[in-house]
Amino acid sequence: MASASARKRVATRHRFRAIEALPWALAIAAFLLFPDYAFLGTQVLILILFALSLDLILGYAGIVTLGHAAYFGLGAYVTGMLSARLGWHEPITGLLAAGLVAAVAGWLSGMILLRYHGLALLMLTLALGLMLLQMANALAPWTGGFDGLYGISPAPLFGVFENDLYGHTYYWYGLAVLFLAFLVCRRLVHSPFGLSLKGLRENERRMGAIGCDVLERKVLIFTVAAALAGLAGGLFAEANAFVTLDVFSFRRSGTVLIVLILGGPGRLYGAFVGGTVYYLLADQLAKASPEFWQFGVGLVLVLVVLFWRGGLLGLADLALARRRRAGG
Amino acid sequence: MQVLISILFDGLAYGMMLFVIAVGLSVTMGLMGFVNLAHGAFAMVGGYLTVSAMSRLGLPFPLALLAAAVAVGAASILLERGLYARLYAAPELDQVMLTIGLVFMATAAVTFVYGPAPVPVRLPGYLKGQIDLGFRAFPTYRVVLIGVGLAFMALLWLVFERTLLGAQIRAAVDNRRMAQSVGINVDRLFTLTFAFGSAMAALGGGLAIDIVGLSPTFATQYLVLFLIVVAVGGMASLGGAFVAALILGFLDNAGKYLWPEGGGFFIYVLTVVLLLARPEGLLARSRRG
Repeated sequence: MASASARKRVATRHRFRAIEALPWALAIAAFLLFPDYAFLGTQVLILILFALSLDLILGYAGIVTLGHAAYFGLGAYVTGMLSARLGWHEPITGLLAAGLVAAVAGWLSGMILLRYHGLALLMLTLALGLMLLQMANALAPWTGGFDGLYGISPAPLFGVFENDLYGHTYYWYGLAVLFLAFLVCRRLVHSPFGLSLKGLRENERRMGAIGCDVLERKVLIFTVAAALAGLAGGLFAEANAFVTLDVFSFRRSGTVLIVLILGGPGRLYGAFVGGTVYYLLADQLAKASPEFWQFGVGLVLVLVVLFWRGGLLGLADLALARRRRAGG
Repeated sequence: MQVLISILFDGLAYGMMLFVIAVGLSVTMGLMGFVNLAHGAFAMVGGYLTVSAMSRLGLPFPLALLAAAVAVGAASILLERGLYARLYAAPELDQVMLTIGLVFMATAAVTFVYGPAPVPVRLPGYLKGQIDLGFRAFPTYRVVLIGVGLAFMALLWLVFERTLLGAQIRAAVDNRRMAQSVGINVDRLFTLTFAFGSAMAALGGGLAIDIVGLSPTFATQYLVLFLIVVAVGGMASLGGAFVAALILGFLDNAGKYLWPEGGGFFIYVLTVVLLLARPEGLLARSRRG
């Protein structure tokens, strides 16, 4: 007979805790305090959404990819080309189209890629991202090629809210998209399905041995992650009104990996911490001295890998635990 | 016909350059299964050191290449013992992140010292101009580069197939545990091959300047090609790396000549297809045990 307290703990295990309101309160406070930086803030939100999508496959399912930018870039070009080439300027449907196309691409590529492991998988994801980059380059008449895609002009949100010069409207838009995506992710990783993903991360063979359809689950989470990355890309196209081949680059895939590792993978909020810290530091330090910034990122990565793999949030955990021990 | 000869010749030279740089990566990845994304950075640093050795120390080109190779090889021993060796048993993700960190640091360092603009190399007079091979004249430098590549291939083949050291390396790649059990010091073997592979990358980086240029983006821009050579050629397969480098060299040049916009796309499609069909590589050594 399970004790009442144990049953209560199971039932309330994944309830929202008060502290989980903090990032959203901070996001709103940031806007009210620094309304002039709304455009910068939107870029942070996009990076967080992108890193969140990677967390699903890397942090939870343990799939290492060097080409996650493929789905981000696909989303960016879908939304961008809908507006710039086909005259479809409605932003919300344009964004949904980006998510949909990226999801289909993620499903198709996942069914093939996820049969491979180790170096072959790393190489395949890397090559796939670069293949899309070269394809966008080769299709210059439609994509704008090396010069980038100009002429993206999203219509007002709901036909009412025009985006102003500072990007105030799009900050709220981006925050809403991120919030909805976060709710989906949170529900997903706390479900039995999410638990089976953690099982895959810890020991894929054993999961197969106890009767889990390994490939099916990996493809499913890969599809969701691709869709979210596509949404991030679509937001990027709408907020910047400009897309270049850089959206597919290895640098972008690498950056999002770094953001997640620095924040702390496998806990959803790592994307928030990593994305904010990375983007704000990059914006400030890269202006002062790009070389020292890049060198610093490299050094921090090496140190994180060698000495502390939990990222910033892991560090916060450690500090909290120490304080609690000292207090109790 | 002239175009075809040009494609074949330039492709050969380009392929040799890829082979010299990537062969070390192939052996070390095969031996330890370590994902070393910093290999392109070793080549880049080798290129910059070559330039510095010529302009600062006044060394002639061949000696400068040698000096750069020795310096990078020695530095790589420190890196291998100090950093890489800690992560042999670690998940791939850790190896990827560590080596990306090294790439960032190397890129930042050379940007700081040499600036972001491409750095030229002053070739000696005897490597400039054209050489007449009977039926047509070819750029001397590329002819020499092809010769160097072939010489390395022959040398490495001899070491691999005809010496005790080569036999030990092959044994360790095939079955590391078994090799250790029969008394081969695999750790030392790896340090040795890692240093030699890095030195060759540095040498190749110096040789590559006149072909593809040298700027701080080198480390990431060409890394993909080196990885393709390794992945398509198969781990620790000398012949595989050679064939893959040549194919890649030919295709890249054919693409540039015949279909400038879409050539790059074609290479990645082919890479993906080859990897899907043969994830272990074209001429992968069969793994026993």
